[in-house]
Amino acid sequence: MSTVALPAVRRAAVPGVLRLGLVRAAYELRVFFRERDAVVFIFAYPVIMMAIFATVFGQDGATVQAGDVEIPFAQYFLPGMLATGVMLSSFQSLAISISVERDEGGLKRLRGTPMPASAYFLGKIGQVLGSGLVQTAILLAVAATLFDVTLPSTAGDWATFAWVYLLGTAAGSVCGVAFSSVPRSGRSASAVVTPIVLVLQFISGVFFQWDSLPTWMQQVASVFPLRWLVEGMQAAFLPDAVAGDVDLAGAALVLGVWFVAGLVVGARWFRWRRRDDG
Amino acid sequence: MTTPAGGPAIEVAGLRKHYGPKQAVDGLDLRVDRGEIVAILGPNGAGKTTTVEILEGYRHRDDGHVRVLGEDPQTAGRVWRSRLGIVLQGTNDLAEATVGELVRHFSRFYPDPRDPDGVIDAVGLREKVRTRARQLSGGQRRRLDVALGIVGRPELVFLDEPTTGFDPQARRSFWDLVEGLRADGTTILLTTHYLEEAERLADRVVVVASGRVVAEGTPADLGGRDARRALVRWVEDGRRHEVRTDDASRTVADLLARLGDVPGLEVLRPTLEDVYLGLLQGADAPADTPVEVLR
Repeated sequence: MSTVALPAVRRAAVPGVLRLGLVRAAYELRVFFRERDAVVFIFAYPVIMMAIFATVFGQDGATVQAGDVEIPFAQYFLPGMLATGVMLSSFQSLAISISVERDEGGLKRLRGTPMPASAYFLGKIGQVLGSGLVQTAILLAVAATLFDVTLPSTAGDWATFAWVYLLGTAAGSVCGVAFSSVPRSGRSASAVVTPIVLVLQFISGVFFQWDSLPTWMQQVASVFPLRWLVEGMQAAFLPDAVAGDVDLAGAALVLGVWFVAGLVVGARWFRWRRRDDG
Repeated sequence: MTTPAGGPAIEVAGLRKHYGPKQAVDGLDLRVDRGEIVAILGPNGAGKTTTVEILEGYRHRDDGHVRVLGEDPQTAGRVWRSRLGIVLQGTNDLAEATVGELVRHFSRFYPDPRDPDGVIDAVGLREKVRTRARQLSGGQRRRLDVALGIVGRPELVFLDEPTTGFDPQARRSFWDLVEGLRADGTTILLTTHYLEEAERLADRVVVVASGRVVAEGTPADLGGRDARRALVRWVEDGRRHEVRTDDASRTVADLLARLGDVPGLEVLRPTLEDVYLGLLQGADAPADTPVEVLR
């Protein structure tokens, strides 16, 4: 047991928010990739589902017929998996991880340090973007190399992908932060959050062709962001003949509304302590 | 500004806080000087944690005057926070990061941190530096909590029940750690259930019951002269006798002079625990305090 060095007399300025945001992002990413559950269910899930669906439905060169155009199944599933990936790495990841951190006392501990709240959220944004971009890159690489999916060739398509991706990630992130207060405990967080995302996948045209869904199901799905993320991704990744009637303005509107709503709710009701901690 | 000037580390007068109909803190006064180690003792539900969390800035008070390092915790900013070290009651977070990563990471929140390696050595976790927090034992885990609380070179450290669940050996080495902080001039406010801990570490003990201070003093003086009177017992004419006395030596000398050999002679000093329990009875504290809900 040795004594800790004597305190210095000077007192430097507290570290800047941006620098601390980067420090937090690096820490969050490192820890994220160590949590096996999160890596499997959030990071690898879209890649695995894409591989399974493309393999099962694409046996013997089967294709999807849309109007006069035929495209491979893998190509048809790719936009839905990209959209799912955005949803998982933003909404599901944050809703669960923040809920767990709150329950375990980690948020309270951080609140007791000079690290500002803004740096904490910058760190979360960094984690979402970092894990999300790697996930998307792997998904695109797998689709292009193993399943011969043709990736967009025009700048316009990539631009569509970029804004849909960013707006979807932003909306999913703030909604995840807001939703993290819903599970009653960290232990129940996965059980509360995962089914919501799973149901949305089934009704939003990720696994089934959107046109084959009953009208009422389409109407329900249209309230939520995932359906619009899928449409936006289809606009970028499917031939115009297939994705022709995509409502990009509608996608921007619905995702934008969820972003603002999530931001307001999250900022107003975010809690650093557990509900039963006064 | 680690200069001891600028008044006491903690100054509280007439603090009040209620939750619904329950008055958790009811007119509490407290003063902790710079460099002092003060222990707050009290039964569960006495308002200890509520008080400490108001001082730490986690909770807002209903009424009263509070200054911590010269500022009001409700409005103080990041610079003020950088001068505090907070060790909360047992948390279960940080599972997947290693000891070394965590101490280094937290050090970066502060303007003038201690050397992370020095802190890891000081808390005795050198061998665990590459171990993830999840794999630490309870005592090691608590040492990590303290490491994260002191790495910012705080002037004032809050330790909330730091050794609950420790085995005696872990508790002793934890006390050495706190002694090390004292040697550095750190002010410490400690809440504990262990009288022995308060006696060993604290310059001053404050007993809280029903949301207010019922007694305070050095561990040796607590409760005043009456509570500290020794009990002398002996056997005379086949019967047991006992007297309470301020001057046990005198009483024993008289007995020796009178009886020569004194059979069954015992001199009992009340322990801090006896004094404490006496104080709580005097304060009309609830006889059966509720078992604290595990967190």
